[in-house]
Amino acid sequence: MYNKAIDILELCKKENKKISEIAIKKEMITRNITKEKVIEEMKIVYEVMKKSATLGLETPLISHSKITGGNALRINNYKKANDTLSGEFINMAMAMAVSTSEVNASMGVICAAPTAGASGILPSSILSAQAKFNTSNDDVILALFTAAAIGELATKNATVSGAEGGCQAECGVAASMAAAAIVELAGGTPDDSFNAASFALINVMGLICDPVAGLVEYPCFLRNASGVVNAFISADLALAGVQCLIPFDEVLDSMYKVGKSLPDALRETALGGIANTPAAKEIARRFYYEDNK
Amino acid sequence: MKDYSIFDIIGPIMVGPSSSHTAGAVRLGKTAMELAEKNFYKVVFYLHGSFAKTYKGHGTDKALVAGILGFEPHDERVKNSLEIASHSNLIIEFNEIEFDYAHPNTAKIEFHYSDKPSFFIIGSSIGGGNIVITNINGDDVEFTGKYPTILLKYIDKKGIISQISTILSNNDINIANMKVTRDNNLATFLCETDNLITDKVKEEILKINNYYIARFINPVRG
Repeated sequence: MYNKAIDILELCKKENKKISEIAIKKEMITRNITKEKVIEEMKIVYEVMKKSATLGLETPLISHSKITGGNALRINNYKKANDTLSGEFINMAMAMAVSTSEVNASMGVICAAPTAGASGILPSSILSAQAKFNTSNDDVILALFTAAAIGELATKNATVSGAEGGCQAECGVAASMAAAAIVELAGGTPDDSFNAASFALINVMGLICDPVAGLVEYPCFLRNASGVVNAFISADLALAGVQCLIPFDEVLDSMYKVGKSLPDALRETALGGIANTPAAKEIARRFYYEDNK
Repeated sequence: MKDYSIFDIIGPIMVGPSSSHTAGAVRLGKTAMELAEKNFYKVVFYLHGSFAKTYKGHGTDKALVAGILGFEPHDERVKNSLEIASHSNLIIEFNEIEFDYAHPNTAKIEFHYSDKPSFFIIGSSIGGGNIVITNINGDDVEFTGKYPTILLKYIDKKGIISQISTILSNNDINIANMKVTRDNNLATFLCETDNLITDKVKEEILKINNYYIARFINPVRG
């Protein structure tokens, strides 16, 4: 039914529908199931997302490797006690993104979106937008289909794998998906959604994947926190009417090319970036040799 | 261009931290367990490549054992699988190994029995929670466990394959992929289908021949 953003935009215009409605229709046709069944499955996703985004806010979650943990709680406490620089809304969003990252790193249940490493961005974005606009669960669940459509384009035409395209392909695409979804929630047009999705990717074009000790943990949770902020500013830019000069299909294509031209050391091998610093190497050495003797 | 489901993109719902090192490892363990006979008392895992190097940090060991216990990738108990295995007196061992030309996330899973020879599976976690099984007890195979799968091993004789395909079509089951290999007089039949394999189909296939191995595996969810 669609392979490119331009196909989705055409369908939206022709049928006077939102991106989410096009995505739902495609799912019904591809799998030959009812609309109710499609929505029912996304409700389960929504519940998993809500749980993972809130679990770490009141309890410290320590990662399976014990290298990191408790940061969602730290951000939440800081936000409660202070008039923070970036304000309550952004701090809450960061705390929720980190919470899901911590649930993931501590072997709890998350929903990959599009990957486990980037799984904090979409839940936090939609839950923050829901709280802000006081949106019903049903509408938020619909917006998740818009996010999925963006992710599908990235999967088909580029990559969502850190090993293939770096962190831009994981946290970049997650922010892109989230930006498109929250624009739809805020009442933006399909064009606005794609502009927001483009901005989010352009903002982190070239971002490398450099996990300390090779684990989905650090700096992953930091990039989930900055990813949700990226989603919000990209959505606001698009809703303000800022136009993206480059069509989303071309942005995706360039992200893919940039990803492929990144050296191996910067694509999830833990051989470059902050993973290759003396401090990170010492953490890895302690983890793999001393702590596991 | 391959058409994805929405839930391939937003999903799977899984225990973290890594779709390839955790969710895929659960799938690998579960698929291996479904291919093996059930009364094993010990399972030995041989880990290759990135699995060998990072399994502790990614919980790959817990994930593989969870699969052997029959858990799905989203089961909260994945985290505690080693304790659960030990409570049920299942002996678990992990070893590092180097295979030639194998995918970086590859495991050999060996099941031990008190009353018969051991049995092994080799498979890889190839990303996004997807797996491929490449060897069953010495026979090279290739299937993903995404489709319902039938594996049969029997003394080769004429007509068995046509009888099986008749049973499948009579039961409205479409064949997606089929491969038959022969070693001396032993035939290995591997078939992936588009539709779930029902108990009725299993019974009908089991009735028409004697098999050394007969396994019917429906896909692991999540």
